[in-house]
Amino acid sequence: MSALSASALLLAVEHVSLSFGGVKAVTDISFSVPRGEICALIGPNGAGKSSLLNVINGVYRPQGGRVVYDGLVTSRSAPRQAALGGIARTFQNVALFKGMSVLDNVLTGRNVRVGAGWIEQVLGLPRARAEADLHRHRAEEILAFLHIQAHRDTPVGKLPYGLQKRVELARAIASEPQLLLLDEPMAGMNLEEKMDMSCFILDINRDLGTTVVLIEHDLGVVMDISDHVVVLDYGRKIADGPPARVRDDPQVIAAYIGAH
Amino acid sequence: MLLSETGQFSTCYAHDRRAFRLRQERVGLGLVLAFAFLVVPAWASDYWFSAILIPFLILSLAGLGLNLLTGYAGQLSLGSAAFMAVGAFAAYNFQLRIEGLPFLVSLALGGLVAALAGVVFGLPSLRIKGFYLIVSTLAAQFLVQWGLTKFGWFSNFNPSGVITAPPLTILGQDLSSPAGRYLLTLLVVTALFFLAGRIVRSDLGRNWMAVRDMDSAAAVIGIPVARSKLLAFAVSSFYCGVAGSLWAFTYLGTVEPHGFDLNRSFQVLFIIIIGGMGSILGNFLGAAFIVLLPLLLSNLGGSLLAGVIDQGHIENLQKILFGLLIILFLIREPDGLASLWRSLRARARVWPLRA
Repeated sequence: MSALSASALLLAVEHVSLSFGGVKAVTDISFSVPRGEICALIGPNGAGKSSLLNVINGVYRPQGGRVVYDGLVTSRSAPRQAALGGIARTFQNVALFKGMSVLDNVLTGRNVRVGAGWIEQVLGLPRARAEADLHRHRAEEILAFLHIQAHRDTPVGKLPYGLQKRVELARAIASEPQLLLLDEPMAGMNLEEKMDMSCFILDINRDLGTTVVLIEHDLGVVMDISDHVVVLDYGRKIADGPPARVRDDPQVIAAYIGAH
Repeated sequence: MLLSETGQFSTCYAHDRRAFRLRQERVGLGLVLAFAFLVVPAWASDYWFSAILIPFLILSLAGLGLNLLTGYAGQLSLGSAAFMAVGAFAAYNFQLRIEGLPFLVSLALGGLVAALAGVVFGLPSLRIKGFYLIVSTLAAQFLVQWGLTKFGWFSNFNPSGVITAPPLTILGQDLSSPAGRYLLTLLVVTALFFLAGRIVRSDLGRNWMAVRDMDSAAAVIGIPVARSKLLAFAVSSFYCGVAGSLWAFTYLGTVEPHGFDLNRSFQVLFIIIIGGMGSILGNFLGAAFIVLLPLLLSNLGGSLLAGVIDQGHIENLQKILFGLLIILFLIREPDGLASLWRSLRARARVWPLRA
């Protein structure tokens, strides 16, 4: 692999296998994501998509293979290391901190960027104060970016579902990640909400230059916004390529519709 | 209108971060502090200081300690009294063994030793939570009490295990009078409450709440979960330890392990349940409820029913009534007195209109 292509690739999943006891969740999967791309992981329920995301950000350790992120092997590290390395994610079921306000949730997303220790903050030393201002400023920028400033002080548990999904996205991009993993960002949304969310994902990708790997069941959305689609079925990769080609792949059609 | 925000805009983030953002809140706080520091010492009787105000303040502080751990960081504990005992005995031994150590320094050192004990007994929280964690903190409760009774060194080989607290002097001022002990307690408690207010608004406080609300998501967004939990145990136990020292030095005047038994842990737990989890003010409200209500009931019972029913029955009736009141209150307001306060506040914001 030449130096050029190594730096153009942000993420390489290499022969990853993961099983729970006797159940094989993911079998020998390889794919790569160039910098600045939106890559979609699709496949029927139980195909191993979420498990694969969990391997990428270190929640699960694969039994075989490895994940190379930004030139470093991350499949042996913990979630916190992945977060510090610039991988952020959202969850299939909204995983917000329900008792905290929208602003506080977004600020927790910035915890990987906090330099001042807690004693400095409690004593209100100049460095901690300046840093708190900076984090608040960035958080406000993100709230504005996702149009949720009006809900700044609302406890997230009281927000409607669509907005909660947006707050979760805000918390994820608050850490200024290089790689954003989205697990079904549009699940349970109506058409307008899906359109809004698609626009936000495209904006994040274009304006912030964040590479996105997303899991989504709405194939219309997937074909519209992604540069590259990876299709899984029963833990194996059955197709990998640009949306137009994947759509016509007989194996993909068979996995979704069934074939004889 | 009472709490009108009209015209009070934050012009910088630092203003917006303040715990008391509104002018009315700051004036109110100033009045309360002036009342507590200036009016009360001039007016209250020795009975009020020794039997009501001092235990109320100390239990508020212990409640705050447990609230940081349980209400903010979501880690359940029944070991508060154990950490109070560690703080009290450590402070006593520092006083005893280091000549001329200022009282406030030994108070802080006692708190630090309690914090250390808190970290040790907090280690199980890295693997278990909820009821199982309660059981493991219960171990702290029994182990500490056993250790302090078993090894005479802690109580300076006093045969009864009960030791008299040394006289209280700060900067040459004798503070042994009830008013002096009240002022000393008030000073320490006020300072530690302000500190706690800042802690829960810092990144550490946010990390605690994130761990409380969903620890798996907290780990994924990069929050050091284990470190946050252990720091919660440390800070919480520091607060309990200082409360324990105050309990021994300014309230009882003696240090004995049995003052810090499981009942005390339950008392502290009730304070935060009644006062409100995840609230700073709630600890004062809960402690007031726990300390004042039984006194009120016993005075009422004493005057109303004296001669009608015999004394033993009256005492039992008081306990039943107290329990009943707690149950009724928790059905009406499961989130505690602090939530009652919050809704009052929301009303005051728009009064005379309705929220």
